[in-house]
Amino acid sequence: MLDSKVPAGPLAEKWSNHKFNLKLVNPANKRKFTIIVVGTGLAGASAAASLAELGYNVKTFCYQDSPRRAHSIAAQGGINAAKNYQNDGDSIFRLFYDTIKGGDYRAREANVYRLAENSVKIIDQCVAQGVPFAREYGGLLDNRSFGGAQVSRTFYARGQTGQQLLLGAYSALNRQIKKGKVKSYTRHEMLDLVVIDGHAKGIITRDLVTGKIEAHEGHAVLLCTGGYGNVFFLSTNAMGCNVTAAWRAHKRGAFFANPCYTQIHPTCIPVTGDHQSKLTLMSESLRNDGRVWVPKTKELAEKLRKGELGPNDIKEEDRDYFLERKYPSFGNLVPRDVASRNAKEVVDEGRGVGKTGFAVFLDFADAIKRMGEETVRAKYGNLFDMYQKITDENPYEVPMRIYPAVHYTMGGLWVDYNLMTTIPGLYCLGEANFSDHGANRLGASALMQGLSDGYFVIPYTVGDYLAGLGSFAPVDKNHPAFEETRKNDRR
Amino acid sequence: MSVGTYTFRYSTLHTQFIIDMSKHMNLTLKVWRQKNQNSEGKFVTIQANNIADDMSFLEMLDVVNEDLTRKGEDPIYFDHDCREGICGMCSLVINGRPHGPNERTTTCQLHMRSFHDGQTIVIEPWRAAAFPVLKDLAVDRSAFDRIQQAGGYINVNTGGVPDANAIPIPKRIADEAFESATCIGCGACVAACKNASAMLFVSAKVSQFALLPQGQTERYERAQAMVDQMDKEGFGNCTNTGACEAECPVGIKLTNIARLNREYFTAKIFRQEDVHA
Repeated sequence: MLDSKVPAGPLAEKWSNHKFNLKLVNPANKRKFTIIVVGTGLAGASAAASLAELGYNVKTFCYQDSPRRAHSIAAQGGINAAKNYQNDGDSIFRLFYDTIKGGDYRAREANVYRLAENSVKIIDQCVAQGVPFAREYGGLLDNRSFGGAQVSRTFYARGQTGQQLLLGAYSALNRQIKKGKVKSYTRHEMLDLVVIDGHAKGIITRDLVTGKIEAHEGHAVLLCTGGYGNVFFLSTNAMGCNVTAAWRAHKRGAFFANPCYTQIHPTCIPVTGDHQSKLTLMSESLRNDGRVWVPKTKELAEKLRKGELGPNDIKEEDRDYFLERKYPSFGNLVPRDVASRNAKEVVDEGRGVGKTGFAVFLDFADAIKRMGEETVRAKYGNLFDMYQKITDENPYEVPMRIYPAVHYTMGGLWVDYNLMTTIPGLYCLGEANFSDHGANRLGASALMQGLSDGYFVIPYTVGDYLAGLGSFAPVDKNHPAFEETRKNDRR
Repeated sequence: MSVGTYTFRYSTLHTQFIIDMSKHMNLTLKVWRQKNQNSEGKFVTIQANNIADDMSFLEMLDVVNEDLTRKGEDPIYFDHDCREGICGMCSLVINGRPHGPNERTTTCQLHMRSFHDGQTIVIEPWRAAAFPVLKDLAVDRSAFDRIQQAGGYINVNTGGVPDANAIPIPKRIADEAFESATCIGCGACVAACKNASAMLFVSAKVSQFALLPQGQTERYERAQAMVDQMDKEGFGNCTNTGACEAECPVGIKLTNIARLNREYFTAKIFRQEDVHA
């Protein structure tokens, strides 16, 4: 039976009480333990840096040539925190409530409450590291609002919040590498997990430069390896995000939860042909002013696909603004999943546009008429430029083409309240685990979860496991399990 | 160029035909091939046929690699990951220019419509002593990591920090720090520079922290430590040609280098105690 280890007591006291009840490792003994961290995105880098600060020896592994390149870097929008700097009624409970509700009540409440509690500390931490968040003229931090919330609680660094937060965590990691507390292995891919007497005790890696297969031992293993979006033919994930680490852990006995909970983002740039390697996301803020439509008939759509007609040749009465028609009160701002599903539906009916037919229009003609091109440029200029760079079409003149794409996975390795998987000593943090977003993640919550897990959860919970091992002895490098696992990988 | 040719290809992973109406072109690639760090490299001519103009440059290389693989030859190795222009993993000197002919565009965001049918494209790795070639087009940029490790951070532990709004930072300063912080660490500045200088990269980080109040306490030690490491790695010095700024895919400005020089000289001329007084 699965035991989530969620502590008893009222929601708001669970984490405080739990922290007090967790076993501690004496500072002098921490240096006797080695922790392996796989993946150096927000979760991995923040965990590795924080654990090294506490005195543990840490080994980090990433397949890129530098820890700074992990795919957290591509997150655009922002990071939520219940700071209530805007005095608009936000609170830890409200962030908790919005996250639970947004996830269709399928997330683990205790984890989400802890996430909301930690959110405020994350912003403090990042500012202290020198992350240049957007500010107001008075010099205080600015917030924007995001889907699924009626308060303004999203902190951001223009459209590059993920990059700035990751570089913050990377700088903290660098500081520990310099101090010798973290050994960083780049261009290394995890191939398998080494399990000894039921406990995770190491990993097998491949050096991507030399091809050498190596074994690394540790007292605990943290998988911070992101989601499984790339199991789909195309997604917005980076090319190297191939879910090997989580899959191998699963093969070694770690349970996998909610794999069907995949988030499909409605505003991606459509596929152009079968040479396509990946998809590019555009911020869904575009739907604030763009109108989504396809032609009313298949015949017109066919002519558009063949290039016999241009989008501006389609008369107003021949256009189907399907989101406005079906959801008059929300219009084009329906939730992500609804927008995505409806776009697929009209494409399946044969009314898709663009050369491939896998697209719907996102039209700014009305917005340009209403606000003027300059205002539209000020609001969306960078997105329009990116679109033009990729498609060679000018969205100020012809409607954008968009299509839904896989971009985040809420499911992942099952973890308990301590973020431990069903294999003792194997932890899973960030997007790779399943616990905090239920069936649907709210915008600006992915960055929050990665950093909460890494900075403020794992430093407490991993100590409880290590203290319970009852021994400070190093892991036996010569244990036959290492050679056996390594041999299995040569098949 | 075969304008308007319809090519029908069956994609095994899609369930329907994709009608590809892109313009197509045939190209001659002169690609740097090098087995490993210790071997000699050379240019190899490879034909790239039927390339759609809406492919990205890296997708063009993917297609060429599929071809090479089918023929039993070694695919061309190149670094890439996010393919959204933000991770900084992709590189390539294309016809003599880092990240190719377009302004403020990484190689992954460069599309084949920027080239024409029959064109010869020369593809090289970043060239710098501090960036040794690992294989084909991939270089070892760990020198950049070591420079960051030397001082590219603020000494602060997790937890125990003041409230985020405790220190107001003027918007102008925060915005300027942000501009410097957008460096993606790709190394195009080094590849563009005739001295293979890493000054633009180093100055971006030094500037970010020199501008922000959080970075003040270690401001001058940081500049010294990072410059010392930069020299140790074998990067050249800056002679203000401005090639780095011109080729930087995210538009990091030359003024950062001016600020780095000021930080470094201040640190060298005055004793630390005087600087902080």
